[in-house]
Amino acid sequence: MTSPLEQKKIKITGPSVVTANRTWDGAVIYRTPRHDWSAELSDAAVVRSSDEARALLAESAADDVGAIGAYIAPVEIENTGAIKPGNLREHIRSEGVTIDLPVPA
Amino acid sequence: MYAYDELDRTLINERVAEFRDQVKRRLSGELTEDEFKMLRLQNGVYLQLHAYMFRVAIPYGTLSSKQLRRLAHVARRYDRGYGHFTTRQNIQFNWIKLAELPDALADLAEVGIHAMQTSGNNTRNVTSDQWAGVAPGEIEDPRIWSELIRQYTTLHPEFSFLPRKFKFAITASEHDRAAIKVHDIGLRLHKNASGETGFEVLVGGGLGRTPFIGKTIKPFIPGRDLLSYIEAILRVYNQYGRRDNIYKARIKILVHELGIEKFAKEVEDEWLAMGDSALTLDDAVVEDIRSRFTYPAYEKLPHMPDELKKAAHDPKFEAWRKNSVALHKVPGYAIVTLSLKPVGGPPGDATAEQMDAVADLADKYSFGEIRVGHEQNLALPHVARRDLPVLWRALDKIGLATPNVNLVSDIIACPGLDYCSLANARSIPIAQELTRRFANHDTANLIGRLHINISGCINACGHHHVGHIGILGVEKNGEEFYQITIGGRADENAEVGVLIGPAVPYGEVADVIEDIVEAYLALRARPDELFVDTVKRLGVEPFRERVYATR
Repeated sequence: MTSPLEQKKIKITGPSVVTANRTWDGAVIYRTPRHDWSAELSDAAVVRSSDEARALLAESAADDVGAIGAYIAPVEIENTGAIKPGNLREHIRSEGVTIDLPVPA
Repeated sequence: MYAYDELDRTLINERVAEFRDQVKRRLSGELTEDEFKMLRLQNGVYLQLHAYMFRVAIPYGTLSSKQLRRLAHVARRYDRGYGHFTTRQNIQFNWIKLAELPDALADLAEVGIHAMQTSGNNTRNVTSDQWAGVAPGEIEDPRIWSELIRQYTTLHPEFSFLPRKFKFAITASEHDRAAIKVHDIGLRLHKNASGETGFEVLVGGGLGRTPFIGKTIKPFIPGRDLLSYIEAILRVYNQYGRRDNIYKARIKILVHELGIEKFAKEVEDEWLAMGDSALTLDDAVVEDIRSRFTYPAYEKLPHMPDELKKAAHDPKFEAWRKNSVALHKVPGYAIVTLSLKPVGGPPGDATAEQMDAVADLADKYSFGEIRVGHEQNLALPHVARRDLPVLWRALDKIGLATPNVNLVSDIIACPGLDYCSLANARSIPIAQELTRRFANHDTANLIGRLHINISGCINACGHHHVGHIGILGVEKNGEEFYQITIGGRADENAEVGVLIGPAVPYGEVADVIEDIVEAYLALRARPDELFVDTVKRLGVEPFRERVYATR
């Protein structure tokens, strides 16, 4: 996983969010505009410039107790304003595995 | 089964208490993630895409029914009701919460199970032949030596911070079921010209980014010198292994760069300088370990009991028996492989209910013992042949009698991008689609032995390099593509497969594999020429032409 430090050099090319895993259970979480975390991508703060992304990442990475491995992830914004994952990896993190689990949830 | 002593139990319990304290400090913020990461990894705890993953050690793939029931309990109580058996004969739980991990570890410790050294740059779970101790013609039970190495390497201070992870595998049979040639150190028990039992030592095998077949560094070493010789190898690796570059840190790179002759000389010099040391094993030590492996009180039973003769009229039973039942060293008994590769299912997964049921069946029909194979199947190692029909019916009821062991749908696959934070592409859906394409048992039987191995990234947890057909997931411009290799094998004639051409997109993988199999059926010299032998005879070109002619 790319570290926040390395990502400081990365320029975003489209709408992005900051995501991480929650420390106590490892669940996927997103940084919100309220400076906390949510398990819903729809709650995520969307940034559109590299400066905004760096600031959001710095704020997120500062929460070492609540979250692990914060990084910037691309998203797509639909016409309705809904936030969608920007690639397959993030789609799987957001929506879950693409297979039926051996034991239905 | 191996009976742990008080020392083992104390060690495991102390480790649980230590990790409980570390988790508490992490959750309170006293430990940062940077400080905690290595500690959790040393207890088998990874962070994956959706959750923590907890890898539990199953030394040399041997489990008691009591232990398997406890793994079922962990799956049910702390996870989502299932576990995934791995190519290191371990089990992984995919959804475990960090806050609950100490409790899970404590529950496992009660039955002698731990997660030590299932991750990190140390010596990993020592793997062996899943038929160890019961295979006909075996020199001796390789688990005795596996256990010695396990004890010697567990928390070994000098080898807890190696340049990179380090894997041992041991076999004592002519046919290698433990893939020793693709391990950092592979050990083959055999007899020398004088009839003495000892080890051929191979070094520098491995898969991952840079696959190598292990090379023989010592054709024969007596058991008494095994640990000192291993220590000499590890010392040389510890001294010269590349710590500056993670991709060049495995011992295989060192062996390759120095050359086997120079590496062997370094080891020999180190070993001779050590002389007779505390590591020289006297017979009493080996006998003590040997005495703690207990074997069933086998009865005198017929090879072909009436129950088996009667069941032979049922074609479904026969289809299962031919692929799942192997000869046992004791007449009247059999080794039964339980396929964890149902049609359309994720390879290697078992539900808590299946684990409990297998534990019950092991108690009833296999003296309470279960084995895990690196092919991600289970085995019952001591089944009376008269019990085979009733066992088959019971396994069928719980979905563990798919008659595909060693056939095309008996696929090895890593968790891939559905779970793994390192993966570039998915593995499980590819495996599932292939099992559907080859679901017809008659067709699979006609094809014969064919191992398909799938990895979702170059780290090769699915052993794709040594699959008869290997499938490697890669990412191209945000899309999943798959490189196909053929001709690999992991046995005593181990070879790395050869790439047949450009990577193909996700949606075409199953079609390509079908094309390769059809080409094989057309090209094989006779019905019993295995796929891998046809590739050896003809090379990859005819297969390449078949696959890419229309693409």
